[in-house]
Amino acid sequence: MSEATLTRTPDRAKVTAWLQNYGVYLAVVVLLLFNVVFTENFLSAANFRTQLVQAAPVCIVALGMALVIGTEGIDLSVGSVMAIAAALIPLYLGAGPLTAIIVAIIAGIVSGLFSGYLVAYLGIQPIIATLALLVGGRGLALVIAHGQLIQVRNQDFLELGTGDLLGVPVMVIVAGVLAVLAGLVVQRTTFGRHLVAVGGNRAASTLAGLPVKRVLISVYVISGALAAIAGVLATSRLGASDPSDVGLLMELSAITAVVVGGTPLTGGRVRVLGTVFGALLMQLVQATLIKHNLPDSTAQMVQAAIIVVAVYVARERSSR
Amino acid sequence: MTATQTQARNAAFAGVLQRQGAAVVLVLGVAAAWFAFPHFGTADNLRSLVLQGSFLAVIALGMTFVIISGGIDLSVGSNYALGGVLAAYGAQYGLVVAILLPLAVCSLIGLINGLLIARTGMAPFIVTLASLLFARGLLLALTSEGATTYKVDPGSAFLWLGQGTIFGVGVPVYITLILFALGGLLLRRTRFGQSVFAIGGAEQSALLMGLPVARTKISLYTLSGALAGFAGVLTAAYLQSGVTVIGVGTELDAISVVVIGGTLLTGGAGTIIGTLVGVLLRTLIQNVINQIGTLDSNYQTVVSGAFLLVVVVIQRLLARSRTR
Repeated sequence: MSEATLTRTPDRAKVTAWLQNYGVYLAVVVLLLFNVVFTENFLSAANFRTQLVQAAPVCIVALGMALVIGTEGIDLSVGSVMAIAAALIPLYLGAGPLTAIIVAIIAGIVSGLFSGYLVAYLGIQPIIATLALLVGGRGLALVIAHGQLIQVRNQDFLELGTGDLLGVPVMVIVAGVLAVLAGLVVQRTTFGRHLVAVGGNRAASTLAGLPVKRVLISVYVISGALAAIAGVLATSRLGASDPSDVGLLMELSAITAVVVGGTPLTGGRVRVLGTVFGALLMQLVQATLIKHNLPDSTAQMVQAAIIVVAVYVARERSSR
Repeated sequence: MTATQTQARNAAFAGVLQRQGAAVVLVLGVAAAWFAFPHFGTADNLRSLVLQGSFLAVIALGMTFVIISGGIDLSVGSNYALGGVLAAYGAQYGLVVAILLPLAVCSLIGLINGLLIARTGMAPFIVTLASLLFARGLLLALTSEGATTYKVDPGSAFLWLGQGTIFGVGVPVYITLILFALGGLLLRRTRFGQSVFAIGGAEQSALLMGLPVARTKISLYTLSGALAGFAGVLTAAYLQSGVTVIGVGTELDAISVVVIGGTLLTGGAGTIIGTLVGVLLRTLIQNVINQIGTLDSNYQTVVSGAFLLVVVVIQRLLARSRTR
């Protein structure tokens, strides 16, 4: 070991730690600057609206995913839960939009209870418990909808996805409120502290008398409910319930947003603001590639590269 | 004395159920289907059943190795589709290219998975998730965003691999059986196989014992990539073209059949035969749902999901009762 390596190591650790904490914000800023300079018609209110609206569903699902990952779990069922919620909307819209939305969210909560029970009480690995719902859930959604895309015409319901409140899209407001709530839950509540403790060290949490099982089941319920909300919003924005397509590969996008946002897959830490920016970053990457006429295939490969880089950076930190 | 004997017998019974549960269910299921559906027992139906299962079986073979080592490979579905398209594309340059091109590319993707997992310590789940996206992207790029389908010339010798028959049974079935026999030998009779079990059981101990942990992991993911690509080759030969839309969700099918076959997701334990049983069970369920005919085909995925769950819950409960 030369002296140079000895002095360089702490620097590298610092850089890595900094990247882990602020990398996602830096990436968003860099990408914004790039677009302002190189992309035509990027700097317009209409474009910013579009970007935010499109990022909203991923952001909402990712918030729930962040809580689940905080407990060292994973929720692969989110896309299928979105599909179940979407399939239920046309069935109950006759009784009013509010009823339909409540039914959809209840379905999400039930799905979450189901996964949560398997994980918390039967001790089944999260990846498998939620895999079963990922496989079966979409089938269930298709069975409910008889495999069909159904147009939704209720104006009040459509307001959710397309309307404005004080000039801000309703979807963005919903996502923003949920993000603030998630932040408060993680930072200010006993539940939030328990969650992080359970993810950090399950055995120690059990010994310390924390309500481990209740915490575990709760995060899956929250994730299910948020996925259902995202399904409702996606249906409203599309103006149609499409259970075969809504939320497809959403689990990947959500996990990516969470990981890119600095929440380690090993649990014990939740970064809500990072998750929001993670969702924004994924949206910006996609928009940038599309606006520069790069095809879908490239977008997927770039997304893959981002995941690997983000996890690589996170790894250096968590291994210390 | 008698109480402990009964206890011991119960424990042994639970152990058998845990290991052979899927086989028991398979036998019962086949028997029930045989009686319930007149068409089920026909030679035609049984032949198509094993042929349909063979493609998934090849993918699941690689997955079994990976899962026994305590890892997971989510990229197999994309690799499978990519392998099929490359095979169909390569078929115009002859049989050898049609086989070697997809094998080379898919092994390379597996190799990269293995290198990232073994050398940087990143979670297999996330690395292979990234390569799922990457391989799918590569596939789309090769087929101009999925618009191009590569058709195999009807006279090509390559098609025999998928459509040929020996004694009336499809060639892919024989290939699958040979691969499983080789896989079984590799897992049970070689140092490599021992290392796979050791790594899955306790990686730290494996390292301390001086086993080549990194090298074994890299080989495993390469093998899984190659097998998924080869399943794509067989499928392309069977379908006579490279189909871009196949393989979505196949990683989940593969994981399901491996788990149903009794391989523990926590690593360290599992069998090749179990995976074969798992594949047959899954194919049986699909077949039965098709036989019912009036049933919405969407129930197929519901049943698959429910079935996976039931098996995992039973495994879990039995494991618990045994440790008590």
